Amino acid sequence: MTLIYPRESNIAHPPRLFPGYKSTPKRSPQKPLILMRQTLSELTGPVYGHETVRPGDHDLTTQHKGEPLGERIIVHGHVRDEAGRGVPNTLLEIWQANACGRYIHVVDQHPAPLDPNFTGAGRAQTDADGYYRFVTIKPGAYPWGNHPNAWRPAHIHFSVFGHAFVSRLVTQMYFPGDPLFEFDPIFNSVPDEKARLRLVSNFDLANTKPDWALCYRFDIVLRGRDATPMETK
Amino acid sequence: MADQVILGLTPSQTVGPYFAYGLTPGGKYAWNDAFSNDLVTPDAAGDRIRVVGQVFDGDGAVVPDAMLEIWQADAQGRYANPRDTRALPNASFKGFGRCGADANGGFSFDTVKPGVVPDPDGKPQAPHILLTVFARGMLLHLYTRIYFGDEAELNAADPVLALVPAERRATLIARRDPDSATYRFDVHLQGDDETVFFDI
Ligand SMILES: [Fe+2]
Repeated sequence: MTLIYPRESNIAHPPRLFPGYKSTPKRSPQKPLILMRQTLSELTGPVYGHETVRPGDHDLTTQHKGEPLGERIIVHGHVRDEAGRGVPNTLLEIWQANACGRYIHVVDQHPAPLDPNFTGAGRAQTDADGYYRFVTIKPGAYPWGNHPNAWRPAHIHFSVFGHAFVSRLVTQMYFPGDPLFEFDPIFNSVPDEKARLRLVSNFDLANTKPDWALCYRFDIVLRGRDATPMETK
Repeated sequence: MADQVILGLTPSQTVGPYFAYGLTPGGKYAWNDAFSNDLVTPDAAGDRIRVVGQVFDGDGAVVPDAMLEIWQADAQGRYANPRDTRALPNASFKGFGRCGADANGGFSFDTVKPGVVPDPDGKPQAPHILLTVFARGMLLHLYTRIYFGDEAELNAADPVLALVPAERRATLIARRDPDSATYRFDVHLQGDDETVFFDI
């Protein structure tokens, strides 16, 4: 299998300068990016074995003595390439606020309680089919200083690697039907509506665990497609 | 007609201000680091080097909440990835590192100086390290390359550096400390001395 990484796929991403998100104007380049051919350097990337992920790293509800407060959820899905093929053995890292919308990070001063039983960090590796699964707590919305009365919709941060350095992705997963979507410049920085909706997980009734946890499906698509397209009718 | 079903990419979103406890906890949180800024393995051949620098924004202010990742070949010019099929000696050197910026926007990597790797035409590329920068206020990470100031001859023939306007090339060259194997590479996200970033 030889994958290629056409540049035009990047149209899904937000622009680097998006004035509605007030931290972007001083942190985005003003000179043109230099177009270059991808070389072996860009077409390779880190490969990690299962030693990176310890048993239980995928379950954010069992990292402490007691159980965290909040709504227990399963978040699962597939990591695929642009041709729809599962990306096997790739690392996912997640981090998130607790059920009250508070991060354990020292800089987060939102006056909502911390939960001594919740760190909010997890790690998983996809299986041979590109499938991953986390167990966690539904994060709360939280305020931020971008504009008056600004609130981030509830989200889980994701970091994913893929096959090559060019497939690296850091993103955020949202929950369906959040009333804060229309007010959030980070969510709305994605110009195309269809692409934006790919950031929203789907409620997955079929995979809820009765009497235990609701389930959300979040499928992730990374750069990479067949060098030789399949013949179809 | 050849046709392929193409799925749209999952869009990027900012790493935000609060990634450190998950991605670069560094002993400060109840979580372990998956990656480190020390890439050196005991069996790694080649010159051991340190790359240090700071990240600055468009006002020249330091960016304390940046995360930097590097990817590089080993000293023989081999990538620890199945796509690199050249029969070159390999070590347990993996070539990937991650560092969270400190309060002064500072970062450092301990590694070995990478060897020469070919471009798509088989022409040698000067030794280089790939660098990606993530931060709050960056909706999509930026991608650049670290070249080495003491490789003037190879740099002059490098096909990627040749794409960069001559007056901006210096932003891609790490300067070697005269007294140690330490190279300095600052990242300017914006401004007169803005670092060259690549569209790949
Ligand atoms: Fe967040």
